[in-house]
Amino acid sequence: MDHHVEGKWRSCAKPENIERLGMRSATKTAGDVAGAPVAGLDDSELVRRVRAGDRTAFTGLVRRHGGALLRLARVFVHDEAVAEEVVQDAWMAVLEGLDGFEGRSSFKTWLYRILANRARTRATREGRTVPFSALAGVDDGAPALDPERFDDAGAWRDPPVGWTDETPERLALAAETRAVMESAVAALPPAQRAVLVLRDEDGLEAEEICNLLDITVTNQRVLLHRARTHVRQAIEAHMRGGSRC
Amino acid sequence: MLTCREITDLVTEYAEGNLSLLDSIRFHMHIGMCRSCRRYVRQVKATAGALGLLPTPEMPPELELELVRRFESWKRARG
Repeated sequence: MDHHVEGKWRSCAKPENIERLGMRSATKTAGDVAGAPVAGLDDSELVRRVRAGDRTAFTGLVRRHGGALLRLARVFVHDEAVAEEVVQDAWMAVLEGLDGFEGRSSFKTWLYRILANRARTRATREGRTVPFSALAGVDDGAPALDPERFDDAGAWRDPPVGWTDETPERLALAAETRAVMESAVAALPPAQRAVLVLRDEDGLEAEEICNLLDITVTNQRVLLHRARTHVRQAIEAHMRGGSRC
Repeated sequence: MLTCREITDLVTEYAEGNLSLLDSIRFHMHIGMCRSCRRYVRQVKATAGALGLLPTPEMPPELELELVRRFESWKRARG
């Protein structure tokens, strides 16, 4: 592996070079000649082609999983540049380990585990984070929802108000609620954010999340519950008239 | 009989399909009768669903380029 890459790749990232290599933003793949042939192929087929040295197949995999991988890296490390390095390391580890990948788990599972290991090593080495298992216990104290909203018998004193639209599609499409959700997620404690991102944004199964974050099933459930409660509350505060949460 | 407060505590377990059969029945009995809790449950589910529809972050083009470059070196090294 060469060590002088930093400066080199920064300098070659001009738009014309990007065009030349057939690499364009993932959102602009429509009509992209390089991306088109692999779009319909599943991961295992792409992996097979990458083994044979097919660059288009590799970029296909990178585009398919790259954004989600970056999001996963951000769960472990806060610094954006470090997150990108972790992603890069992970893809290199994928290439190095490709011949040993037997397809017993899905490619995505394998890829995510590689990234999580790299990110954890990196974060530990830099002393930037404590394990999620340690964080998971910390914010376990207070009830997820303000107890003042209920009377002594546990019935609503301050019931939820109706939202203008209570479908996922409208919440995600409306720029305002999307921004509210994104900032609410960003403001969550790290372990809650990690679980929410993996479960709700990425759609991973609970068991896989426990593996990746090295937390117990109980922790995963509590963290997800608290995180969802917070994000719903942020939307409610917004719907009630922009009061801050 | 579950209270409204208990419903808000159990909503994630409910939505995730983790409730026991008995708790699930009690949960349904409550929300069948309580409009506010029905609304609450709907909102939590909509929130979780909406999070899944948020756009995935984009890979910076420079990062993609670097990966392709590395792929080429990897390929060369393999011979």
